[in-house]
Amino acid sequence: MFATAAAAVLISMLLALIRAVRGPTVYDRILAVNAFGTLTVILIAVHGYLDGRPEFLDLALVYALINFIGTIAVTKYVSLSHLGLPTKDDDGGDI
Amino acid sequence: MALALDILSWAAIITGGAFCIIGAVGMIRLPDVFCRMHGVGIIDTMGIGMIILGLALQTGFNLTLAKLAMILIFVLFTSPTATHALARAARYGGVEPQLDKPAKKETDQSNT
Repeated sequence: MFATAAAAVLISMLLALIRAVRGPTVYDRILAVNAFGTLTVILIAVHGYLDGRPEFLDLALVYALINFIGTIAVTKYVSLSHLGLPTKDDDGGDI
Repeated sequence: MALALDILSWAAIITGGAFCIIGAVGMIRLPDVFCRMHGVGIIDTMGIGMIILGLALQTGFNLTLAKLAMILIFVLFTSPTATHALARAARYGGVEPQLDKPAKKETDQSNT
């Protein structure tokens, strides 16, 4: 049962990776990497059950946090060309 | 009881895996960034949700269940936030959404 879930998640990760390589714009790549990170979270959780050690869920939780922060940081960097300190040209940097 | 839980867990996990693959195929085949966000949304809600539900049915009432619930709640909160920020950045960066041409037949019919 867990192996089935892991196989489905791995196929989805492969397709997301294809989109990340092929994406026409940088936003396609960011979107695909975000989906890849989310699928990695669920793969870590499933692997914990597959191995009989559900302690891996802590790693999945931390990976979810890092994935969110990383996606927001890369999006902000791509759209504003810097990470903080909003200038007069920005509208407050509120993404 | 254990058999019923196993059957429910199987059903949830297979549904979640199918939704994951459907969302990933949509991310490949849809034409636009804004359309592809739809595929990512399918992965982030139904895919993750059903697989975590299937995993949660395999555990009893313990700390593991709380951790699974925390992962699910966190993903459900952060995925729309990240997608919204990305859509806003794409619009700000000059990506135009692919629109249909205005339907001439309908306007003609409405005029006549």
